[in-house]
Amino acid sequence: MSTLKDYRGQHPAWCPGCGNFSILKSFKDAMVEMDIEPHQFTIVSGIGQSGKFPHYVRCNTFNGLHGRALPVATGMRLVNNEHPVMVFAGDGDCYGEGGNHFMHAIRRNINVKLFVHDNQIYGLTKGQASPTSMEGMKTKNQPFGVFSEQLNPMALAIALDCSFVARGFSGDMEHTKELIKSALDHKGFSLVDILQPCVTFNKLNTFEWYKQRVYRLDPDYNPEGRAQAFQKALEWGDRIPIGIIYRNNRPILEERIPVIIDSPLVKQTFDLSKLEKTLKEFY
Amino acid sequence: MDYTIKIGGEAGQGIQTIGGTLARLFARTGLHVFTHQDYESRIRGGHNFYQVRLSDKPVMSSRNRVDILVAMDKETVPLHRNELSEIGQIVYDSSFLKQNYDEAHFLDVPFLELALKHGSRIMANTVATGSVLGMLGMKLDVLNDIIRDTFGKKGEDVVESNIRAATAGHDFAASNCSKCSFSVGANGRSPMNAKMLIDGSEAIGFGAVASGLKFYSAYPMTPSTGIMNYVADKEEEYGIIVEQAEDEISAINMALGASFAGVRAMTGTSGGGFALMVEGLSLAGMTETPIVIALAQRPGPATGLPTRTEQGDLQFALYTAHGEFPRIIFAPGTPEQAFYLTNRAFELTEKYQVPVIIITDQYLADTQWTFDGFDTGRIEYNDYRLRGDDLEKLPEYKRHSYTESGITPLAVPGDSGHLVVTDSDEHDEEGHLVEDAETRIKMTDKRLFRKMPQIKDEISPPTIYGSSRADILLVGWGSTYGILKEAVDVFSKNRNIAMMHFSEIYPLPSPEKFYYLKVLENAKIAICIENNATGQFACLVRAETGYEFRAKINRYDGRPFTLEGLSGEINEHIKGL
Repeated sequence: MSTLKDYRGQHPAWCPGCGNFSILKSFKDAMVEMDIEPHQFTIVSGIGQSGKFPHYVRCNTFNGLHGRALPVATGMRLVNNEHPVMVFAGDGDCYGEGGNHFMHAIRRNINVKLFVHDNQIYGLTKGQASPTSMEGMKTKNQPFGVFSEQLNPMALAIALDCSFVARGFSGDMEHTKELIKSALDHKGFSLVDILQPCVTFNKLNTFEWYKQRVYRLDPDYNPEGRAQAFQKALEWGDRIPIGIIYRNNRPILEERIPVIIDSPLVKQTFDLSKLEKTLKEFY
Repeated sequence: MDYTIKIGGEAGQGIQTIGGTLARLFARTGLHVFTHQDYESRIRGGHNFYQVRLSDKPVMSSRNRVDILVAMDKETVPLHRNELSEIGQIVYDSSFLKQNYDEAHFLDVPFLELALKHGSRIMANTVATGSVLGMLGMKLDVLNDIIRDTFGKKGEDVVESNIRAATAGHDFAASNCSKCSFSVGANGRSPMNAKMLIDGSEAIGFGAVASGLKFYSAYPMTPSTGIMNYVADKEEEYGIIVEQAEDEISAINMALGASFAGVRAMTGTSGGGFALMVEGLSLAGMTETPIVIALAQRPGPATGLPTRTEQGDLQFALYTAHGEFPRIIFAPGTPEQAFYLTNRAFELTEKYQVPVIIITDQYLADTQWTFDGFDTGRIEYNDYRLRGDDLEKLPEYKRHSYTESGITPLAVPGDSGHLVVTDSDEHDEEGHLVEDAETRIKMTDKRLFRKMPQIKDEISPPTIYGSSRADILLVGWGSTYGILKEAVDVFSKNRNIAMMHFSEIYPLPSPEKFYYLKVLENAKIAICIENNATGQFACLVRAETGYEFRAKINRYDGRPFTLEGLSGEINEHIKGL
């Protein structure tokens, strides 16, 4: 049995009141409820406040480069498909710096769980606009306000037929915990975009701002229909839906690769005796 | 006997098929073969050629003079007829080229007509291959064997019609080429003492497969793609995954993820892609994650000359990536060296957990060489990872714990109750991010200063060929090995000359251990010969040892050195001596 004590990591260096604390709590509760132990999975993270997440969890960790967590996670899964791999990234990290990898991880349908701490701003570099910042938001670096259209990760993921697409809100911890559990139970690439306030830099999308707008999807909502899900994904403004917006059963990449059907690469031994036969092919 | 056959034509005409078949066939009769290709960055059209040199003595470079020119298009004739040797012949099909040549050294063989008669127009290549054998006075049995190997899967009909087409070309050329005076010896040569034929890309791919490679991720880029092709062909047999990444940034990060998860991993690219990988190279340095990177150079800057050759990225590979961390750089000079050095690259990256870069170029990647064989018994394979029971029974595990050697064994995550933690930030022994000065110093000492002397100790001396107390030294690195060796042979009849070739170039071999600086200093002239504009290796030697080359030969037109051209330049330097 795993307990919360197993998950006592480093002391977080986040600002007091940061939405990350709630996400961390939801995550640890989910792990304990699912009886998963810290050595049984790996978290890959990038750079940003979200990148520090695994250090505060206590688990196998690869805290790599800004924007590049998904390729690392993909490499890990391809050689060891018995070992769960999760990615914790930020909105700038995943949708900005690593946008190309985001698209292609969805296309591959590698069985990686991606949790994006989406506070619609850059925290670590002190308050610049992120891809999910709302049009018009003024920052030190965007004094005339953001000109670019706000990126919609839900709609983008559904357009690419992502296997599992969900949105959470850090302020609804019970719901976030359940989303994390559902994502881990789902077979396929899973995106959980978690809205969270940045108490220091985002004065627009505050805790109150989110609280007034987010609502849990109706229990009757069916996430299997892609067109309807896309409609749902476009909802943003006065009301913002949270929950599993879209889900499908596409086969995962790991199950389509013949050489790892019987056992993961990391457990396959290397047989030098085949080399002579291979050498003969050059004659 | 030392002949050169050149096949010229447009891309997509099957020039590679003819050249490749001839090269394989000569190797199977025990001849020494060297081939090189010249192609443009296009799928169809343009002018391309494939050159095959065959000899009863070892050959390791291309010649300028051509003995048989196979003209598959009109352009080939004016472009290459001045390269013909005294006994040279041009074989062509007047109906193909829509032109007749009446001169004595032209042989008009109806490739197309004979192909249509015995099968279909696609067999014109087989007719052309057969006619080259007819001109050389060679038997057809080896070609027939290759036809069976190649077309066996397509059925007996295809095999038989190709054999008929080859025979028709062979017999037509043999009876109509009255001026042909070629002789390949050994009674027209049958299969005997077959030699292996391998190019630089295949040698690296084979070396990687032979080293227990499990994961290769790359984005296609000329001239590195041949490695990915070779490894992908072995996926099923050896249990390897080749993943084509969305870009080179992803390629190196995927390989690092695979390596962290517990297997041997590699990526390959050319200069532009390597530029994108650079942050990942630094990540490998910081996280001490083993990785082998093949860097197949082509002329830059930017897109440069995409299908041509240059040794222009040495300084880039040496000094790129932010921060200070150790790296190892190898630059094989032959496919044989490429095979064994790739194996050493895997051993060293696993042992020291530092990135190893294997530098080649388009010339080495695409040239085929013959060898009596590789010794697979020389392959080293040690698993340096902590896994299974050995890992589980450890009382404690810290991914980056301080050790005497600076090396901390790399554990497989998930294989035990121990946690494996690493970070691109500066980290403590457990792998968690820290910012304190004391840890920073200790970690830098561990990663860099403790490992470097041990790595330096692994590096082999340069290869010296020729006189042991040479007055004239030809110095080079990487792909110029063959041409330098042949240049020594040209001058050694009346000159006291030697080659000094480096294939393990960073860290440089220890001058205290190997005395090569003494050899350089004792020579009357040491010429550093490089396929680049600025003499990048000469810079490295000066930076690391203080020795300065006073004579240099640099070629930077995107083409490899040729023996005739290089000999002329060497002569300019040594004629006053």
